[in-house]
Amino acid sequence: MNLLVCISKTPETTAKIAFTDGDSKFNEEGVQYIMNPYDEWYALVRAIELKEKHGGKVIAINVGPASNDIVIRKALAIGADEAIRVNGEAVSSMFVAKQIANYAKSNDIDIVFCGKETIDYNGSEVASIVAELMDLPFISYASKMMVEGSTATIERDIEGGVEVVKVDKPFVISAAKGLAEQRIPNMKGIMMAKRKPLTVVEPEAVDSKSTIGSYTVPQGKQEVKMIDPENMEELVRLLHEEAKVI
Amino acid sequence: MSVLIFAEAKKGEYKKNAQEAVYYGAKLASQVGTEAIVFTIGDGSNANELGSFGASKIWFNNNSASTDSQVVSALIAQAASKAEATHVILSNTALGKSIAGRIAVKMDASLVSGANALPEGSSVTKGVFSGKAVAKYNLSGDKHVISVMGNSLQPEATGAAGIPEEISLDAPASRVTVVESKTVDGVVPLPEAELVVSAGRGMKGPENWGIIEDLAKVLGATTACSRPVADTGWRPHHEHVGQTGVAIRPNLYIAAGISGAIQHLAGVNSSKTIVVINKDPEAPFFKAADYGVLGDLFDIVPKLTAALEKFKAQ
Ligand SMILES: Cc1cc2nc3c(=O)[nH]c(=O)nc-3n(C[C@H](O)[C@H](O)[C@H](O)COP(=O)(O)OP(=O)(O)OC[C@H]3O[C@@H](n4cnc5c(N)ncnc54)[C@H](O)[C@@H]3O)c2cc1C
Repeated sequence: MNLLVCISKTPETTAKIAFTDGDSKFNEEGVQYIMNPYDEWYALVRAIELKEKHGGKVIAINVGPASNDIVIRKALAIGADEAIRVNGEAVSSMFVAKQIANYAKSNDIDIVFCGKETIDYNGSEVASIVAELMDLPFISYASKMMVEGSTATIERDIEGGVEVVKVDKPFVISAAKGLAEQRIPNMKGIMMAKRKPLTVVEPEAVDSKSTIGSYTVPQGKQEVKMIDPENMEELVRLLHEEAKVI
Repeated sequence: MSVLIFAEAKKGEYKKNAQEAVYYGAKLASQVGTEAIVFTIGDGSNANELGSFGASKIWFNNNSASTDSQVVSALIAQAASKAEATHVILSNTALGKSIAGRIAVKMDASLVSGANALPEGSSVTKGVFSGKAVAKYNLSGDKHVISVMGNSLQPEATGAAGIPEEISLDAPASRVTVVESKTVDGVVPLPEAELVVSAGRGMKGPENWGIIEDLAKVLGATTACSRPVADTGWRPHHEHVGQTGVAIRPNLYIAAGISGAIQHLAGVNSSKTIVVINKDPEAPFFKAADYGVLGDLFDIVPKLTAALEKFKAQ
């Protein structure tokens, strides 16, 4: 089975979110980067588990500059067999998805894995675009997946519950919490990662129709109003009369 | 020309997110000087009420009951082409997220998912970095797909109800078989909830959750929790809110025994009003709160529940 895992690089969760160049660019100064948690903890690990059980290979793919190699090496250290980096700035989800679909189409991929969203742009866009470009079924928010022969049985999160579906390979899936358990790379994995192939390919040009022009940071909250713990009637009154939320 | 709005029916009913999408689409249509057409999948019953949020036409098609993204996106794209739509508007729900990208590809359109306000000219804003910033997207081309973040605007039903019309479309066969669907009835799912009561490690153990459930019950609120609480199995995973859980933006978020770590705040700081109950005056959550109560949650939560019961009885 050929399993392609899309991995994205995102700022670490405690990173300071600030902007430069007239608020048009994310300020990278002093920011640590990580692999997007949904890609790392769930998508990648489930792909590796499936390979361990059924054979085949796990390929990690990232669209981005050479500075992304650090998260790609981590994917290899956790257990991906090889990696592809498409050498271009990820300016839009359409750009990223196009590169991934191009690779997947020409490499006989059985399952394309994405995280359910990235924790920076929160778009949930790439997986559905890849699925459409490849004319494949897309199962979003998968929290459990078993594969038997050519069919996968997947439990996915829907509003207020879960849905169990069956789908034949090939397909695209986006990974949510529950699909797998986070794996920490061990020394052997880190050493082996250095010898695993990381192939760099050049991107196809894409007409990106939505790109970010500028950013704003919402104003912080006003000073908190402390309420006497013995007077919850006062809190209820404020919620009703001042905040008007009840 | 038109703005086509996909209104998602849940078991034949239209929830607030569908009303918001229609309202958003209608406002946008009047902004660009065109008409707003609602499209919905199903038999069209209950769809007439959507007219009151500003749509001039309501179309329905009942060829397929599938929620598969390939089927739904194909139907919407056909409806959009029939409507000669320049914009397709949908809700940023689980279904919305699985189809927005597909529709944008089919229409060769720009795509913004999770918009938090109406477009201004050719740009539209949405929350990024888990609510820590807002990005303004510039749109090019003549077709656009925009999904609307829940609770971004207050839909107003000021117009008249409409008369749903059936349109004929070709539904492709689905390659996904639904084996089972398990939903809890009577509970508002977290992403749609307007009132949320949440608790963290300060609860000490799952056996103490009764006071949180009681509080949620008087309010008619949905319950949530911090990540360690879900990770240790005290509460189900779907209650986990935050940067790596569900991102929510209710009108009221009450947090008891949650310290307010940055990853937790990222998923809840778009809430309109935040109440924090914590015994530690240094808890970072107080800085993000509108109202704070300093003390032991095991005393305070039942008192708050009692005060709310009294208020509701009036
Ligand atoms: C990559 C990453 C992603 C993460 N994503 C998330 C996420 O999505 N969501 C999330 O929630 N966390 C997330 N976290 C974890 C986060 O950093 C915190 O560890 C977590 O939110 C703490 O949960 P808590 O507030 O319940 O527990 P604690 O931090 O232990 O806080 C418990 C609080 O309860 C108070 N308390 C105790 N007893 C009482 C009492 N009797 N009465 C009143 N108050 C009391 C204490 O004063 C304390 O403030 C993430 C972490 C990482 C590294």
